[in-house]
Amino acid sequence: MSEKDSNFNQNEIKPVHTNKVGGSPFKGVVGWIDNRLPIIRMFKYEYLDFQVPKNLSYLWSLGGILMICLIFLIVTGLALGMHYKPSSSEAFTSVEKIMRDVNYGWLLRYAHMNFASFFFIAVYIHIFRGLYYGSYKEPRQLMWLIGIVIFFMMMATAFLGYTLPWGQMSYWGATVITNLFSAVPLVGEGIVTWLWGDYAVGDSTLNRFYVLHWLLAFGILGIVIFHVIALHIVGSNNPSGIEPVDTRDTVSFAPFTTSKDLFAMLIFLLAFVLITMYAPNYLGHPDNYIPADPLITPAHIVPEWYFLPFYAILRSIPDKLLGVIAMVSSIAVLGLLPWLDLSKVRSSVFRPVWKQFVFLFVLDFFVLMYVGGMPAEGIYVLISRVGTVYWFLFFLVIAPLVSLTEKPLPMPKSIHEYEDWKKQGKIKTFKIF
Amino acid sequence: MSENNNNSDKKNRRDFLTVATTAVGAVGVGAAVWPVINQMNPDSSVKALASIEVDLSKIKEGQEITVLWRGKPVFIKRRTKEEIASAEKVDLKELKDPQPDNKRVKKSEWLVLVGVCTHLGCVPISGKGDYGGWFCPCHGSHYDSSGRIRKGPAPTNLEVPTYEFVGDNKIKLG
Repeated sequence: MSEKDSNFNQNEIKPVHTNKVGGSPFKGVVGWIDNRLPIIRMFKYEYLDFQVPKNLSYLWSLGGILMICLIFLIVTGLALGMHYKPSSSEAFTSVEKIMRDVNYGWLLRYAHMNFASFFFIAVYIHIFRGLYYGSYKEPRQLMWLIGIVIFFMMMATAFLGYTLPWGQMSYWGATVITNLFSAVPLVGEGIVTWLWGDYAVGDSTLNRFYVLHWLLAFGILGIVIFHVIALHIVGSNNPSGIEPVDTRDTVSFAPFTTSKDLFAMLIFLLAFVLITMYAPNYLGHPDNYIPADPLITPAHIVPEWYFLPFYAILRSIPDKLLGVIAMVSSIAVLGLLPWLDLSKVRSSVFRPVWKQFVFLFVLDFFVLMYVGGMPAEGIYVLISRVGTVYWFLFFLVIAPLVSLTEKPLPMPKSIHEYEDWKKQGKIKTFKIF
Repeated sequence: MSENNNNSDKKNRRDFLTVATTAVGAVGVGAAVWPVINQMNPDSSVKALASIEVDLSKIKEGQEITVLWRGKPVFIKRRTKEEIASAEKVDLKELKDPQPDNKRVKKSEWLVLVGVCTHLGCVPISGKGDYGGWFCPCHGSHYDSSGRIRKGPAPTNLEVPTYEFVGDNKIKLG
C-alpha cells in the first residue's frame, strides 16, 4: 500500500472530534466537572437564564406543583414500602400496622393517599390550562401527546396503588378494572387470567400489582423528563397565546418564575396539609377499611373520585365492549385535539365561541364525576349518556366546526402589547388567569 | 469480470448471514421473552386446587349455597318447581344469549353457576332483580332463575362451571 489509501477519496477525509471536553461558562472545580459532564451549565441555561413569557399566570405553576407531588409520592411510597407486605393474607394487617405501630406511619400513609388525590387535582387544572389557552397547538403537539401518556400512566399507577391495602374497594375495584380486558374478543379471558395469575384476583395478583405500582411510578418520572425536555425546546405558551418576540416579552426563569411558582406551591401544600390533617379520609371510601372478601361484593362500588367521570362514561353504554372502548377513547381523544382544532389562534381569550364550549366541557366533566358516583339507574343513566355524548361531540365535532367558522377577536402583535391592552381594558380576562 | 463475480458472491454470503442471524436472533428473543411472560399465568399450586367436591344433601328445596372454587364463588341452587317451570317456558327469542334451560343443568332441580357477573366480575345478589334470579349491584345486570342475562350491560349468561355428579347428592367441580 502506498501512502494514499485507495479506499478513501481524499476530498472526503474530514477531522473528527470524539473529545468534546470544554465550553463551560464556569471556572475552577465546577468548570472542570462541567467541562466533562455538562449538567451544571444545562441547569444554568435551562433553569436560571431560561426565558419565559412575562405574563404567565398562576395556572402555569401547576407543572412545578405536579413535579413536587411526584417527588413527595415517591418519597412517602419508599417509606411505606419498607413496612408494607404484598400478600393477600398480610396486606390489610400490614397497612393497619403502618397506621398504628410504625413511627409516623399514619402520617406517611395519609400523605401518600392524599398526594395521589392532589396529584390528580393539579393534573386536571393543568390539562384545563392547556385546553383553554390552546397549549396543544403547533409547535407543542408532541408535548401534549407525552402529557396524555403521562396521564394514562398516572391512572394505571393510582389504580394499582389503590389495590394494595386489600380492602373491599381495593379487591372489587381490581376485579372490575381487570375484567375490562375480558371485553377484548377471543383472547380477553386469557389476558385476564394472565393478569391475575389465578382464576380470580388473589395473592399473585396483589404481589405483581405491588411491583408494577413501583415500576410505573418511576416510569412516570422518566416520561416527565421527556415532557420537560420538550417544553424547553418549544418554550412555554402564555395566556395571550402569542409567541414572545423580544426581551420586552420575557423574564428569566430565576428569580421571577421560581418565586411565583414557590408561592403557588405553598398555597397548594397548605390545602394539602389541611385535608391530610383534618379530613384524611374525606377523599377515600370507608368500605376500604373492610378486609377484602371474594364472596361479597359491596352494594355500591365506586372508584376513587378522580376516575368517576370516566367510570360514568363506561357505565353509560349498555354494551360491555363498547363501554370499555368509549372509556379509553374518552381520554385518547384528547390526543387528537391538535389536529381537530384547526384555529390558528391559541388562546380562548380571543375565541369567544370556543371559550363557551370549553367551559361547558368543564361543566360536563363535573356532571359526569357526579353521576359516576351515583348508582347506575334511573335519571343518572340518562344524565351520564348526555354527558358522554357532549364529551365526544366537543372533540370530534365542535372543535373542528368552531375552529373553521368562528371569527377571532382582534389580537395584539406581541405579549407586551397584550399587557398594554389588558391595562386599557381592551381585553377581558379573569384576574388570576 | 472476475471482480464482479467476486462481489456478487460476497453479496450472497452477506445476505445469507443477515437472514441466518435475524432468524437465530428472533428465535432467541422469543425463547427468552416467553418464560418472562408465561410466569404470570396461574402456577402449578393454583392449578392443583382446581377441583373440589361438594355435598348437596343438606340443601333444601329453594335454598342456595355459595362455595369458593378457584377463588370464585359458585352458586349451587336447589330450584323449586315454579322456578324450574318459569326457566323452561321462556321464549328463547327474548334472550340476549339464547340458551334453553335444559342445556344449563344436568338435573333440572340443581342449578350450578359461577357467581361472577359476566359484565365486570362482581358477585350478583340472590333473590333480587326483575326476573326472579340474581341481580348485580355494580352495574345493574338482571339474571333469571336459570342464570341467564335478561337486562343490563352483561353480555352473556352466568357461566356454568364444569362439574359432574359423583353420587346422588354430591358433585365434583372442575
